[in-house]
Amino acid sequence: MNDNIVLHLESIVKTFPGVKALDGVQLDVYRGEVHALCGENGAGKSTLMKIIAGAQGYTSGHMYVNGQEVVFHSTKEAERQGIAMIYQEFNMVPDMSVAENMYLGRLPKTSYGAVDWKKLYQDAQEVLNRLGLKFDCKTKVRNLSVAESQMTEIAKCLTIGAKVIIMDEPTAALTDEEINILFGIIDDLKKKDISILYISHRMDEIFRISDRLTVFRDGKYIATKNIEDTDYDDVVSMMVGRSVTNLYPERHYEKKEVALELKNICGKGVHDISLKLHQGEILGIAGLMGSGTIELSKIVYGAIPMASGEVYVNGEKKDCRTPKKALKSGIGFVSDDRKQEGLVLIRNIRENVSLSSLDKISKGIHIDKKKETENIHAQVARMNIRISGLQQLVGKLSGGNQQKVVFAKVLEADPSILILDEPTRGVDVGAKAEIYQIMDELTKMGKSIILISTDLPELIGMSDRVIIMREGHQVLELPKEKVNQEIILAHASGGVSENE
Amino acid sequence: MNKKKLINQINIYRSVLILLVICIFATILSPSFLSVTNLFNVFKQITVAGVVGCGMTFVILTGGIDLSVGSILGLSGVLAAGVLESTGNPVLAIALALAVGVLCGAINGFFVSFCEIPPFISTLGMMTLLRGCVLVYTKGSPISIKSDAYKFFGKGAIAGIPVPVIILILLFLLAHYILTQTSYGRSIYAFGGNREAARLSGISTRFTEWMAYTINGLLCGIAGVILTARLGSAQSTSGTGIEMDAIAAVILGGTSLSGGVGFVLPTVVGAMIMGIIDNILTLMNVNPHATNIVKGAVILIAVLVDKKVKDLSAKAE
Repeated sequence: MNDNIVLHLESIVKTFPGVKALDGVQLDVYRGEVHALCGENGAGKSTLMKIIAGAQGYTSGHMYVNGQEVVFHSTKEAERQGIAMIYQEFNMVPDMSVAENMYLGRLPKTSYGAVDWKKLYQDAQEVLNRLGLKFDCKTKVRNLSVAESQMTEIAKCLTIGAKVIIMDEPTAALTDEEINILFGIIDDLKKKDISILYISHRMDEIFRISDRLTVFRDGKYIATKNIEDTDYDDVVSMMVGRSVTNLYPERHYEKKEVALELKNICGKGVHDISLKLHQGEILGIAGLMGSGTIELSKIVYGAIPMASGEVYVNGEKKDCRTPKKALKSGIGFVSDDRKQEGLVLIRNIRENVSLSSLDKISKGIHIDKKKETENIHAQVARMNIRISGLQQLVGKLSGGNQQKVVFAKVLEADPSILILDEPTRGVDVGAKAEIYQIMDELTKMGKSIILISTDLPELIGMSDRVIIMREGHQVLELPKEKVNQEIILAHASGGVSENE
Repeated sequence: MNKKKLINQINIYRSVLILLVICIFATILSPSFLSVTNLFNVFKQITVAGVVGCGMTFVILTGGIDLSVGSILGLSGVLAAGVLESTGNPVLAIALALAVGVLCGAINGFFVSFCEIPPFISTLGMMTLLRGCVLVYTKGSPISIKSDAYKFFGKGAIAGIPVPVIILILLFLLAHYILTQTSYGRSIYAFGGNREAARLSGISTRFTEWMAYTINGLLCGIAGVILTARLGSAQSTSGTGIEMDAIAAVILGGTSLSGGVGFVLPTVVGAMIMGIIDNILTLMNVNPHATNIVKGAVILIAVLVDKKVKDLSAKAE
């Protein structure tokens, strides 16, 4: 049995400042198996993958390849030991040929030191043929389809002599037909004794191709099981496994009039979404990464273009083609990425908090600093933001305080509707509870909230109603009483058919 | 704690400190440096680069750059001189110079902001194009200016203070007001610091960026008037190379080239540093061809010191 283990990890710990991303996890990968890694976002899968591929170091623990202990300082070192990773974004040079990309940095040379093109094309084509791929190795990568690029990446792994190939959401951008081709190739690789570490949010795929799976939760190892010994519900309950505590305020929502209505919204990654949000309501929207939830929020806020559809605020049709117009219509927005999209990190708290409400504190173009200071102090007190002064740079605040500054900025603009994308991502538990409390207070004041979150306990704990999206479509709407994590995961990942 | 405070103070006034050090050196090297006439001379000489640097600060705060300032300055200057020659009306001439500056700046802004062409490239194109316009208009020969009213803006003085220096001070105070006290100023800093966050906060980012180039164009027009009025003639080459002086002044003033951080008042300090180096080398009878070597070296050293102080200040936090 031991001979059969190609990769073995023991009590791997990885800490980031303030966070334990991996807490003593273990993993065994057998020769020629497809091993799936399961877990919610933030469970530690990606960190573990990066550690195995040599892209990231670990704080403590041991890693063995073929029984030999190894320490990787770079992906190159991992590749030398036969471990290669295919990332979600491909790492290829678009204007070079398939063959050049496959042998990048290792191009065969003639005795004069020039590139041996003949040998390069011969070798490359041979590998492509071995994988049953039909395209020419002289094709530029730019002209390949997404699936073909992915196959090229796999071919590249073979030329490295990889014994373990890590695939991170390989089917995210593939059509059904292309997925079948990919799975065919994975089957072939297995026969050649190559092991695949497979990450996917799509449960059906995991059950289709894996031999075994390992579940992680909150950076901890939960279990490894043979695929025959487990089933869908078992895996999901292992992934979820947490009970909802009283982190969340008790919600008392009674249905009132419609505050926001979306009619047939279409755009990038979003297909024909219609929904109604009532006054004082928190409407949760659930969906996996790439299911269109974030895109929907950005389309409604005018951050990305709307292909078609209509937005009504309090029954009135509104033009929300830019964030400025959306704000004017009473829609506020908290982005899921506060550092890139929410804050100007190199400027101070005063400027950040006032950024969306400059009109309100100005007479003409002149800013009334006294009024501004009063407003900001009120917001800082209300949000309980811990700062040393209004001149403090926002980049120096902790994640939770930064997120509160984003909230303060949006609330200063006084919108009646708030769209919150992952409002507590990267925020510690204490600040989380405070943010939930504020959300509850805001709805009591008659404001309405759309909450988009992949943190299911949060979504369930806060929402009065939940809509589930998959691949840009709305697949299910559930009242608060009927929501639980299993249903959401099942419908969001397509584990059940929509008619069930 | 006290050390931390001291470093922070040094950090805030670092451009002034560099200026002081250079002044001390200048005084040691040439006794005539500190005379009132000479100091007024230095002030007068930096007005053109200072005014252009003032506009350049807006552009650099957005994270952009404008290489066409010298050509805009040249074009507004020769067109004003041309109008003076044919009509003799100084008001019309100045109005035209400013309008040309605004128009050229607006075109720059249009390319950068609305067409999303990188500022380096679009303003490089405008720099060549506008210089071509100047050469075609003047056919390469200077246009002399006779109007005394016009020359007043370059050579005149009010209560002993040269008019260009008064203009320079007023423009910098106005620019400082705009950047620190108005909503437009806030937009510039937010845009330069993180344009996506600014856009999602409801700032009209295209307008903000466009306006910065337009303001810069206006200031180039003003600089064009000052220069031609001082020289009493408009030359086809006037303004050539001023973009580098202006950019150097902004950087010596501590404004970050990546945008979002900096102030406009230190830019005038930066311009003074450049002016004093020029001045002291002239006073010392250094070979004029060698002045660029010294100027370049001082810029490099000053920026190096500047970075060191900034690093220290960041570490002290």
